[in-house]
Amino acid sequence: MKIYVPGDSAAISVGADAVAAAIASKVGGSTIIRNGSRGALWLEPMVEVETDKGRVAYGPISVEDIESLVAADFMHGGAHKLSLGESEKIEWLASQDRVTFKRVGIIDPLSLADYEAHGGLVGLRRAISMSTEAIVEEVKESGVRGRGGAGFPAGIKWKTVADAVSDQKYICCNADEGDSGTFADRMLIEGDPYTLIEGMTIAAIAVGATEGIVYLRSEYPYAIKILQKAIDIAHAFGWLGSSVLGSKHAFELKIRVGAGSYVCGEETAMLESIEGKRGVVRAKPPLPALEGLFGKPTVINNVLTLSTIPAVMADGAAAYKARGVGRSLGTQVFQLAGNIKRGGIVEKPFGISIEEVVNGYGGGTLSGAPIRAVQVGGPLGAYFGTDKFETSLDYESMLVAGGMLGHGGIVVFDESVDLAQQARFAMAFCALESCGKCTPCRLGSTRGVETIDLIIQGVKVDENKKLLLDLCEVMTDGSLCAMGGLTPMPVKSAMINFPEDFTGEVSRR
Amino acid sequence: MKYSTWSQDAALAVLATLREEKGAILMALQALQKEFGYVHKEDVALVANFFNNSRADVHGVLTFYHDLLTEPPGDNHISVCVAEACQAVGSRQLEKDVKAKFGKEVHDGYCFGNCALGPSAMVNGAIIGRASVDAIAKARI
Repeated sequence: MKIYVPGDSAAISVGADAVAAAIASKVGGSTIIRNGSRGALWLEPMVEVETDKGRVAYGPISVEDIESLVAADFMHGGAHKLSLGESEKIEWLASQDRVTFKRVGIIDPLSLADYEAHGGLVGLRRAISMSTEAIVEEVKESGVRGRGGAGFPAGIKWKTVADAVSDQKYICCNADEGDSGTFADRMLIEGDPYTLIEGMTIAAIAVGATEGIVYLRSEYPYAIKILQKAIDIAHAFGWLGSSVLGSKHAFELKIRVGAGSYVCGEETAMLESIEGKRGVVRAKPPLPALEGLFGKPTVINNVLTLSTIPAVMADGAAAYKARGVGRSLGTQVFQLAGNIKRGGIVEKPFGISIEEVVNGYGGGTLSGAPIRAVQVGGPLGAYFGTDKFETSLDYESMLVAGGMLGHGGIVVFDESVDLAQQARFAMAFCALESCGKCTPCRLGSTRGVETIDLIIQGVKVDENKKLLLDLCEVMTDGSLCAMGGLTPMPVKSAMINFPEDFTGEVSRR
Repeated sequence: MKYSTWSQDAALAVLATLREEKGAILMALQALQKEFGYVHKEDVALVANFFNNSRADVHGVLTFYHDLLTEPPGDNHISVCVAEACQAVGSRQLEKDVKAKFGKEVHDGYCFGNCALGPSAMVNGAIIGRASVDAIAKARI
């Protein structure tokens, strides 16, 4: 008898460990599997039991519920007020189109047998049987774009590295998921780490790299532990090491843990940090694809990009690019966060509207008050009001709407939010996290905080608003990376979409 | 949290485990902090000598990263996430309240990847969702 209690840190944050312990002590003769979370985070801790008709879910479960669950014979899917029915039929989950996240929450994250039983390693085995050129071509053909936010086509990046001549090449996975409102990288690593390892192995074979590094943030201690275990198991299995699954390819994988710097999520700052230095942004060119880690050609991709590759290789480019709209092909793993009733992971093809995600899946705010704003794409993304909720969530439409899709995080705010304060926070965060290389970012962010403070206090509001817009322009045009270059996006979008918060009057509404 | 007492020999023993690493300064400082709870002022010269870098290089790294501490930590390390998703569910007030109660133990946190169950906090490495002053107090040693 199998009982699933998620070991995902979001589930643990609301008591999953205690629930697992309580079940272990009350229910004898069963195996408790600490799976990842299926992503319906408002239902966590969501306990599942394996029954004749498939898995049956209960949630959210607290320790106090265990006794009544046992009395209701939940071990055999018995009726209970917290029963959610068959897991596969929960509408919120069943209506999604899981590609990157297809195994997350379903398998035992560290069981290779489980992984293979659910389609794992098919893509890698196929890649091993192909020429390296054909792998790169397949990835290019699929249209997979960088999920970290920039949306650069992965295949083109891989081609550049594959064509570079060097004695050493690297695959670096950017798992420095510092954007507030994003947690898909973490959940993927905690719930299905082998998918990431498989994607990195395929990338290594495709471009001729023999070393891989996952740069994983220190704020994710649970993910670090799980990924390290997965790497060790993959090693013992003969997947990683001198001969990948018995092939002529060698691939070693290591984790480098971050140290609490947001800007190290910028790819060149990340390289500096992996090299053990201050996370100061590098100028491009040279492109990291040609002169990256330790000066060698390097593929840098986000966790979700690399974790999508196994599916592309297993099912083919055509199946992947059949999803999505325009040049945004495939699926995006949206993350619903903040003041949201039903938050979590929503994986759907690109092109779903903000309305469908936030009100459809999200069910409005947690507080019950009306939504006033959403911030899409992390701390450097735009603040939108509900008038923009029909916007299609794809790279191009978001740009047209004056925002960006970023890493797919959507943070919801109710009517208590003060957008002038949010704009101030964007500048203050930039001041705190700027690496210091570019003057507009290093100094401009501090001046930005001061200027917004004057606007809030009602001092020469019109003049200061003009000054702030001017400053935003200088930061946008005069910064090397997205930290300084995009901090103006939340600031300007707040000013444009919520002018009533920038009048300098306290009782603005 | 329990840490070893710093001594030069103990610090060198930590560094010896990293001898083969490429670009080891940050890793070395992280490893020292893991062992002793913080980076001792004499570690800068030790790391510089050991990996053949300048003391300025090591000092630069030490002062860049928020995680690295140069003073011995207290018994508890509390971080309250004050980034946007947690702000949307009241983390600004929570942070104030927690700071008022636990003072120096409290550090700013910027996202623990628990943005759908905020406000989030991390107490001695354990994550807390839908955090409250009470829940944080309970998680302290």
